[in-house]
Amino acid sequence: MLELKVLGDHSETEVPQGGCSSGSCGSTDDQLSHLSESVRQRVFNHPCYSEQAHHHFARMHVAVAPACNIQCNYCNRKYDCANESRPGVVSELLTPKQAVKKTMAVAANIPQMTVLGIAGPGDPLANPNKTFSTFRMLTEQAPDIKLCVSTNGLALPDYADELTKHNIDHVTITINCVDPEIGAKIYPWVFWNNKRVRGVEGAKILIDRQQEGLEKLVERDILVKVNSVMLPGINDKHLAEVSRVVKSKGAFLHNVMPLIAEPEHGTYFGLMEQRGPTPKELQELQDECSGDMNMMRHCRQCRADAVGLLGEDRGAEFTMEKIEAMEIDYEAAMVKRKKVHDAINAELAKATTQSQSVNADHAIPAETRPVLMAIASQGGGLVNQHFGHAKEFLVYEASPEGVRFISHRKTDLYCTGGDTCGDGDSLLGGIIKALEGCEAVLCSKIGYEPWETLESAGIMPNGEHAMEKIEDAVWAVYVEMYQNGKLTDNQTQMTA
Amino acid sequence: MALKIVDRCVNCHACQMVCPTGSIRKGKNDAHFLINQDTCTECVGSYDEPQCSSICPIECAIEFSDGSPVNPFGSLTGLPLDKAPLV
Repeated sequence: MLELKVLGDHSETEVPQGGCSSGSCGSTDDQLSHLSESVRQRVFNHPCYSEQAHHHFARMHVAVAPACNIQCNYCNRKYDCANESRPGVVSELLTPKQAVKKTMAVAANIPQMTVLGIAGPGDPLANPNKTFSTFRMLTEQAPDIKLCVSTNGLALPDYADELTKHNIDHVTITINCVDPEIGAKIYPWVFWNNKRVRGVEGAKILIDRQQEGLEKLVERDILVKVNSVMLPGINDKHLAEVSRVVKSKGAFLHNVMPLIAEPEHGTYFGLMEQRGPTPKELQELQDECSGDMNMMRHCRQCRADAVGLLGEDRGAEFTMEKIEAMEIDYEAAMVKRKKVHDAINAELAKATTQSQSVNADHAIPAETRPVLMAIASQGGGLVNQHFGHAKEFLVYEASPEGVRFISHRKTDLYCTGGDTCGDGDSLLGGIIKALEGCEAVLCSKIGYEPWETLESAGIMPNGEHAMEKIEDAVWAVYVEMYQNGKLTDNQTQMTA
Repeated sequence: MALKIVDRCVNCHACQMVCPTGSIRKGKNDAHFLINQDTCTECVGSYDEPQCSSICPIECAIEFSDGSPVNPFGSLTGLPLDKAPLV
């Protein structure tokens, strides 16, 4: 009997409902293992940085920073929608005082909220007074909340010292390129030294400032994550180089995200029909970069006013109107929060010391090819969602080495009909496109019509593993595929 | 001599932060930002270019006193005219 390692398995921990439903997604311990102990200590309870943490700890953004000092071709400052979840979108802008009140209200009501971020909707460091007065008040009044900030980097070198003064130890810089010629295709202009500077010249200023800012933060022992937007035909071939450069300068995590661009978003890329990457292209690039650097795969590209666990948004429970009516005793809240955090930390510690392995019924020869499978799940790390109800699928890879989480794929981000969908005008066509590269879909139930359509598209539907743990179900299907001769041409017999 | 903000403004605050004469304030009741016509100098004597219209991300949101846009359609995004949103 082979001991099969399931990467990042933490079956003993309780996975909260409502957040990411994957049992093991993103930067599992193998991906954080190269970090120093001090860095690991600082990310273990940050849901955006630690894959394990994001099942347990929540985050929130406050929208206090509306102004921006650059233009990106994937951003539209006019857009505001309550129903959409993507960066730059917010429902209400807050003053720093309102933001502090909201943060403390959320902290008291969602005690597992550990991190407060400022991510716009403009650039936080282009609004230094609003950003830093929010941080200053929170450092004083809610010392148990970690603060972080996300920036385009243009103003970053000027604020490196100020950033060290607050309870901030994480900064995210969005770096899409290190080559100004490529930058000119992404950034039409920057506002610099009291002028609008366009084209290659503007992009060069931005790139130089980003790199300078990155170096200064690393010198000051502030953790830096780099975000990049993957733009096929523009920077897709270039991002491996970006990964290499930012890692060499000390960034600890790289997050390659897909472009989200639809004509109705009103962005330059949306209106010019610049396409985003296919899931397969995104995964290939993430794999390519991960050879070089720590990658992150559980990012949900959330709104600038998101509240809750990754994968959920409870912002509607904390509108300013509702918060005004709340009485918050933060002293009492801190006591409760500490209890909740200690309990979660104990669970996490238990999970990491336990052997992360399962007994496999069959060994699969090492040369057997890997298979991608998509899972419909509504939480708890289980195959427990009806195919027709899934708004996102979790993609796992099964290989002779075990089962690992690869990504989540939102079906509503891809074609839902109309002239951009090559498969026709159905929602199902969009789902099939989103599941590109997957050979099976595991769900609790599935209707007859989608079953046939999926099967004819080469994706095998499977409802036989309802309510099972995702990793076990994926492994069982992989073994079955192997036994049925679907994975090798010259298969002979089982070796187990 | 003064610039004017019209209702294409999205209230992003950028102009207010760079105005050297403190002439920009938010309109009442969620209206767009406004420029004080008595104190705006179009940045003459302070900068080579008017600061508000140099950082404004929205085309046709700021006008010269004759009503022509400082940043006409396509000048900031590079979008061709046939992609112009309905004004």
